[in-house]
Amino acid sequence: MKLPLYQPSAATATRFLFFTGKGGVGKTSLSCAAALRLVESGRRVLLVSTDPASNLDEVLETRLTNHPTPIAGAPGLDAMNINPVDAAAAYRERLIGPMRGLLPEAALRSMEEQLSGSCTVEIAAFDEFSGLIGNPQAVQGYDHVIFDTAPTGHTLRLMSLAKAWDQFLESNTSGTSCLGPLAGLEKQRVIYEATVRTLADATATTLVLVSRPQGAALREAERTSKELRAIGVGNQCLVINGTFETPCAEDQTAQAMQQRGQSALEAAADFIHSMPSYTVPLRAINILGIGGLRVLLSGEAPGSRPPEEPGGWTPPEMESLADLVSSMEQQGHGVIMTMGKGGVGKTTVAAAIAVMLARRGHAVHLSTTDPAAHVAQTLHGKVDGLTLSRIDPAAETAAYQHEVMQAQGGAMDDAGRALLEEDLRSPCTEEIAVFRAFAREVGQGVNRFVVLDTAPTGHTLLLLDASEAYHRELERQARSTQPEQVLRLLERLRDPGYTRILLITLPEATPVHEAAALQEDLRRARIEPFAWVINQSLLHSGTCDPLLQSREISEHRYLLEVVEKQARRTAWLPWQPEEPVGPDALAHLASSKLQTAMVPA
Amino acid sequence: MKTIQVYDPPMCCSTGICGTNVDPNLVNFAAILSQLAGQGVKVERQNLGQQPMAFAQNPVVKEALQKEGTGVLPLIFLDGEIYMKGRYPTHDERPVFFRAALGIQEEPS
Repeated sequence: MKLPLYQPSAATATRFLFFTGKGGVGKTSLSCAAALRLVESGRRVLLVSTDPASNLDEVLETRLTNHPTPIAGAPGLDAMNINPVDAAAAYRERLIGPMRGLLPEAALRSMEEQLSGSCTVEIAAFDEFSGLIGNPQAVQGYDHVIFDTAPTGHTLRLMSLAKAWDQFLESNTSGTSCLGPLAGLEKQRVIYEATVRTLADATATTLVLVSRPQGAALREAERTSKELRAIGVGNQCLVINGTFETPCAEDQTAQAMQQRGQSALEAAADFIHSMPSYTVPLRAINILGIGGLRVLLSGEAPGSRPPEEPGGWTPPEMESLADLVSSMEQQGHGVIMTMGKGGVGKTTVAAAIAVMLARRGHAVHLSTTDPAAHVAQTLHGKVDGLTLSRIDPAAETAAYQHEVMQAQGGAMDDAGRALLEEDLRSPCTEEIAVFRAFAREVGQGVNRFVVLDTAPTGHTLLLLDASEAYHRELERQARSTQPEQVLRLLERLRDPGYTRILLITLPEATPVHEAAALQEDLRRARIEPFAWVINQSLLHSGTCDPLLQSREISEHRYLLEVVEKQARRTAWLPWQPEEPVGPDALAHLASSKLQTAMVPA
Repeated sequence: MKTIQVYDPPMCCSTGICGTNVDPNLVNFAAILSQLAGQGVKVERQNLGQQPMAFAQNPVVKEALQKEGTGVLPLIFLDGEIYMKGRYPTHDERPVFFRAALGIQEEPS
């Protein structure tokens, strides 16, 4: 499939550009590179990140704040970070602050808990978007405003329900909705309406769907595209980041990589041809700094082979996954969880561990949230002692929604019903529903092994957060009769003899830094990861493709960083020419060992 | 005209579905309030998470919170008197509440 390169130009770019996509697809690098191109043709551009885990600072090599900061080396470009988590905290304080001394401490605490949910964060993020989009004065000095994230469908639907919501407020019968976290909504009303109008205006706004030449990433982009189109955000384009072609016909690694990407694009051909679609070729280096960004969207051929490091390079000591399994199996039972950014291979690693434990004679239950249930399918009935289940967020959520709509039963007017249904589509609903399933699975590990892959980083954290809030909620509600496994969840997650957490990463900048941030968050929740697993390493792959060779060399610093600075124990997994499916391929992967004695070619 | 005032515990949504546990009594109570409002009853609903000032400004509510903690919520007032505290009317209690809110005398049983 031949697609043009993504090269946004000042002549055709709309005033507002939103980059959206799954974690790890390169939204930040692409939005920065697009901003740079516009600046270099004389435009003034404001670049805004509203990602709570923003790495805009890292990419631009500039310390950013929540006000526009000029970027050295790119005159005309200003950038800012808006952290919706901080914005939500500020909002919480605005609401709670004036109440100190007026209400008892317990009441203040319970307000604070309730206002810490993800609805508050999501709405706070929209509030920040709106401050820049719906308010003409805010960005009048800029020709273009580029966001490295976009509002979710849930938020935008809530905004278009604002009218119904308003009638609700007037009759005062129903209190609040997910919209509620914005007190003073009436004042903001004009700005919100202008924002929603601007987003739907094809002459003003472009939604850039960022994806990778991978099945899961393309399916996710298609889902987002449909959801946002349904509520009027119709001016969309697709950018497929990291396409790869090798000049080396004989190189098995490179050929397999090229083939995998092409198959994924073919499978998504209808979606790709439904809108203007572009590619950005895979680059040799991690895109950092103005120089790197300039290369990203240039027409230049992907990097050439870098010089050898003098005297070769000796990798640090790393274990195999099998070594970790040998330690973990001592306990005889418990929970093993794989965590990390989306796309790093959590499901594959979880499946490999489960297969290995089962083959060593343990009773093992593997539970995945793998959307395609692909890995699990290939193991069904194939390994003695291994049972499988799947947490399907959509199915869990649907069951929960059904339960609520049943309970809600009778008389609600149309406006009320519309809001209830939208409440049920909120991220809180999915969290709660998935959380219930999660608690159920963790409780299974009392007399066997339970291996879980969890959802991407942000969501995983929210799950853990939810479990903490849940815990407190349960303590408060003495009348509550909850199953024992729910009550004991957090205690179990914190017990290193019961739960082992593996942080999975790729040997690249962003996945390593996000895994490090996740480790910090876990430690704050008093949970200590057991080990790190570096997945899909090209080290010693023997590739002769110059681009892959130079990526192999760029891995070195991240391998060192993980082993020396981050991890207590590190396991290493090689890049696989084919996706490992089935028990034998998974067991083989788990046994892969880095040949430290091997002399680099 | 009859008035109902409800002081809810902090909730992110009126239906309570964003919480960790659905209370069907809460969801049904919201529906009843909506019906009552349609029949001319003045209904005011305050949520500690979003309208905390209303709690601080009502001396009865404030005192109840100070003495008994947040477990005292929800506080349901009918014509200025506490009708129920700490919970929402159950299935069996809702008809009684509905008639009381409309000012219909209970038949002697």
